[in-house]
Amino acid sequence: MRITVTVDGVDYSDEVEPRTLLVHHLRERLGKTGTVVGCDTGNCGACTVHLDGHSVKSCAVLAVQANGREVTTVEGLARDGLLHPVQQAFHDNHALQCGFCTPGMIMQAIDLLADDPDPDEDAVRHGLEGNLCRCTGYQNVVRAVRDAARRMSPGAGPDVERVDERAVVERAPLHTGGGE
Amino acid sequence: MIPAAFDYVAPSTVDEAVRALVEGGEDAKVLAGGQSLLPVLRMRLAAPTLVVDLSGLTELTGVHDDGDSLLIGAMTTHYEVQRDHLIREHAELLCLATKTVADPQIRHRGTLGGALAHADPAGDLPAPALALDAVMVCRGPGGTREVPAAEFFVGHFTTALAPGELLTHVRVPKLTGWGAHYEKFNRVSQAWSIVAVAAALKVSDGVVAEARVGLTNMGPTPVRARGVEEALVGEPATAEAITTAATRAAEGTEPGTDGNADAEYRAHLARVLTERAVTAAVNA
Repeated sequence: MRITVTVDGVDYSDEVEPRTLLVHHLRERLGKTGTVVGCDTGNCGACTVHLDGHSVKSCAVLAVQANGREVTTVEGLARDGLLHPVQQAFHDNHALQCGFCTPGMIMQAIDLLADDPDPDEDAVRHGLEGNLCRCTGYQNVVRAVRDAARRMSPGAGPDVERVDERAVVERAPLHTGGGE
Repeated sequence: MIPAAFDYVAPSTVDEAVRALVEGGEDAKVLAGGQSLLPVLRMRLAAPTLVVDLSGLTELTGVHDDGDSLLIGAMTTHYEVQRDHLIREHAELLCLATKTVADPQIRHRGTLGGALAHADPAGDLPAPALALDAVMVCRGPGGTREVPAAEFFVGHFTTALAPGELLTHVRVPKLTGWGAHYEKFNRVSQAWSIVAVAAALKVSDGVVAEARVGLTNMGPTPVRARGVEEALVGEPATAEAITTAATRAAEGTEPGTDGNADAEYRAHLARVLTERAVTAAVNA
């Protein structure tokens, strides 16, 4: 089946088998190896990407289900050589040990900040409950997300990710999940 | 892990979907949000020959005010349910239970209809549906029929849906102004409920006028704690009355034993969690 998916701002048209998982399509066909496969059972969240602006586990989505839709991976966050504020906050707060969970943590953190631009510690931990870190590095992850929230005030969201609107840092519109 | 090969169709109307299901026979499988089905396919616990993807059926999304009830499209995601103002106002129990399902990524994809049709005894939405007297609107080759929640869940992962039949909408009678709470017990983040209790109460002048209590994972299907409901109605909504009523939580249930808990412990949890859920619903 032929599908066209916009990934990190670029349209890709490919022939895929219906059983192909989105994460395998991203990594093996499109070379987007920044998105990793962790548990392969839908638990760990390492493969988290955004599908039309909302976080999903790309091991629990078929590539054909992304047909005609927009995917953002961790590789699509930096702009003009500058890291996304959440990436920079993870770097500055040393929010990783081995780093394997980091792509998913960052993508989910951005989703969380789109819904809640100023989460307290409890809200961060609940917002990241679908992402597991086997190095138990959660302390600094929580610290990084709260730091990123301060840097990004008043908020993240699908609008911030849109490639054609650089440096737009506005609260996302309500209907796409931001601002509440 | 990669699923076994299957044919894939993405119909654009419910009628097309029903036709595809009928033609696909017993090896056809419905794909709603896919958050239960895709892990099962990846682990090859199932290998359908045809997958019918409902994600193009926009007619099955959204929440509609239908007089004394809400009509919720089966493909409405958990994320949409938990944020919907009509559900929050008229069926808060469903909103509260949905917030406890899995994790944010899964709630973005998973759907109300998918979770109900999957009928996992440990799933968090069947018990609230039962407590709310929800009605499942099903469409098959013979037309549309409505099945009350009490008749919809018939066993482990088994519903009253006939072959070729699709759950299209969930009708939820409005319980406006009722207090509600979903008390879920599990050990680790994003895990299924070991036991959970769904409670909705109408309290007038300090007296319980109506009470609904549904239990998750206290048997192969969700069950109503009828003994608790009977004990509460007509009594003052006090801590003593709630504690007494909660002792009847496990009456008539058939909880299973597994790696998480044995039947006796589940009966204990049902009592403790019922007390907490009803107390929180009264104070909501």
